[in-house]
Amino acid sequence: MENTTKDYTHINGWGVDADPKNEPTYPMKHYNGDDHQRLNWVRPPLQKVTVEILKSKERPYLTAVLGTSVPPSGLSGVIRRYAFKNFSENEYGHWLPLLLADRINVVEGMIDDLKHGHIPNIFAEKGLKAEWKFNRKSFVTKIATGVVLTGMVLYFNQKRKKALLD
Amino acid sequence: MLAMNYRGPRRVRADQKPLPEILHPEDAIVRVTRSCICGSDLHLYHGLVPDTRVGTTFGHEFIGVVEDIGASVQNLKVGDNVIVPFNVACGKCAFCKQELYGNCHESNSQATAVGGIFGYSHTAGGYDGGQAEYVRVPYADVGPTVIPDWMDHDDAVLLTDVVPTGYQAAEMGGIKTGDTVVIFGAGPVGILAAKCAWLFGVGRVIVIDHLDYRLEFVKKYAQCEAYNFKEMEDPVMFVKQTTDWFGADVCIDCVGADATGDALQTITGKKLMLQAGSATALHWAINSVKKGGIVSVVGVYGPTDNLVPIGNVLNKGLTVRANQASVKRLLPRLIEHIRAGRLNPKGIITHRVPLEEVADAYHIFSSKLDNCIKTVLIPPSAKK
Repeated sequence: MENTTKDYTHINGWGVDADPKNEPTYPMKHYNGDDHQRLNWVRPPLQKVTVEILKSKERPYLTAVLGTSVPPSGLSGVIRRYAFKNFSENEYGHWLPLLLADRINVVEGMIDDLKHGHIPNIFAEKGLKAEWKFNRKSFVTKIATGVVLTGMVLYFNQKRKKALLD
Repeated sequence: MLAMNYRGPRRVRADQKPLPEILHPEDAIVRVTRSCICGSDLHLYHGLVPDTRVGTTFGHEFIGVVEDIGASVQNLKVGDNVIVPFNVACGKCAFCKQELYGNCHESNSQATAVGGIFGYSHTAGGYDGGQAEYVRVPYADVGPTVIPDWMDHDDAVLLTDVVPTGYQAAEMGGIKTGDTVVIFGAGPVGILAAKCAWLFGVGRVIVIDHLDYRLEFVKKYAQCEAYNFKEMEDPVMFVKQTTDWFGADVCIDCVGADATGDALQTITGKKLMLQAGSATALHWAINSVKKGGIVSVVGVYGPTDNLVPIGNVLNKGLTVRANQASVKRLLPRLIEHIRAGRLNPKGIITHRVPLEEVADAYHIFSSKLDNCIKTVLIPPSAKK
């Protein structure tokens, strides 16, 4: 096992940023006393609220700029509103419903695709073309395992049904 | 415009979406010329980050050309080529004024624990990201930085996150000349952390991962030692032995929520989601560092809890330092390092993929296929 401290001074740039003052809190934060002013800075202009924005309970107001990518909607939106309205970031009641909403949102997304006449190409969305190209052996093994297991389930199910009829 | 569209865990596609608009006087619209897939995008892709909504466009590592600016923007003009830091930062709040640009308090209404981040779920503000042809960039006078004429744009795109994060990982380690630094994770951030550690005068850099091709790469790229934890009985014992039973001076977690290597962490963190991802790397970092040492954390975890040996943090008298990289603070110094030839970020790029093939790009990166280290997505509009 290698256990020797070598001389790395030949490495380009070795030690150029070595700084004896680099103790915890320096130079990460240039303390200027503003912390004691709390939230009393001069705020940027406020973005007009054009879509529903959920706000953390740990904030007194919305931030000056807002992300507007996907406003809450459907059942997942109801759950997200519940999580934000009732629980702070400190509570599981906030995060666990959000994870549940994310999973429900996946089904909503599929329904939305179908409503718009788009049948999701799961094979392509999962990037399985790349799996076929770069990891074919594992891909074929997984498919074969799936086919064998499904075949066994169907076979034993049929056998069970036949036994019941007899 | 064409944009990446998240459809659920491990399902993404490229779709047509409406063009972004100026919504605030300090906004800019940037036409993306390059964007990357970050290791932390995989946490979203794997469904580990709460409030990741279907229809979101990911991507917090991108550069591009300014196409439009809001009425108040003064530092940028249409046509500028810009590096866009992943942090959305106002420059005015108490945190930004203290150069904590990753902790801006005026960019994320949905949470207080993290500032706004492009394309990183509604937990980080709900902004669409740069894996698209165009993107709305708030506070355009604060973060975006004009790309110097001499700089290769492949280097520039890596200055948006991975290089500053790797550099800050080393910086937070409070490295003293001659220190031994152990880095957990040989992904892009771990590779850059290893490279940057030398700038702080480190004596020995050890990288630990489980993927041989990445270990081989980092060994050459960062001129460091690299070891596979699958070949060890216990990585913590390995570190103790190789440091004369003392422990490393600094340990850095460059993995975060997607770590492998410990069955209990993997099952509870990634399979059952009973904790905010698998904290294996952080666990090892805490237990591998010397008494009174520093643990630097840049691996990303979800907002709930993780199983880590906090008792050992107390008993060993450790300092744990962590943050999202403050990209704007670090950019001037990192640009100098690239110009001086001390850093060569573009050397980690292994894949260039058209945005149209984003699903394959995510799968390749997530499954570590084709010796993938860093993927750059090229949108069709990049050729304009």
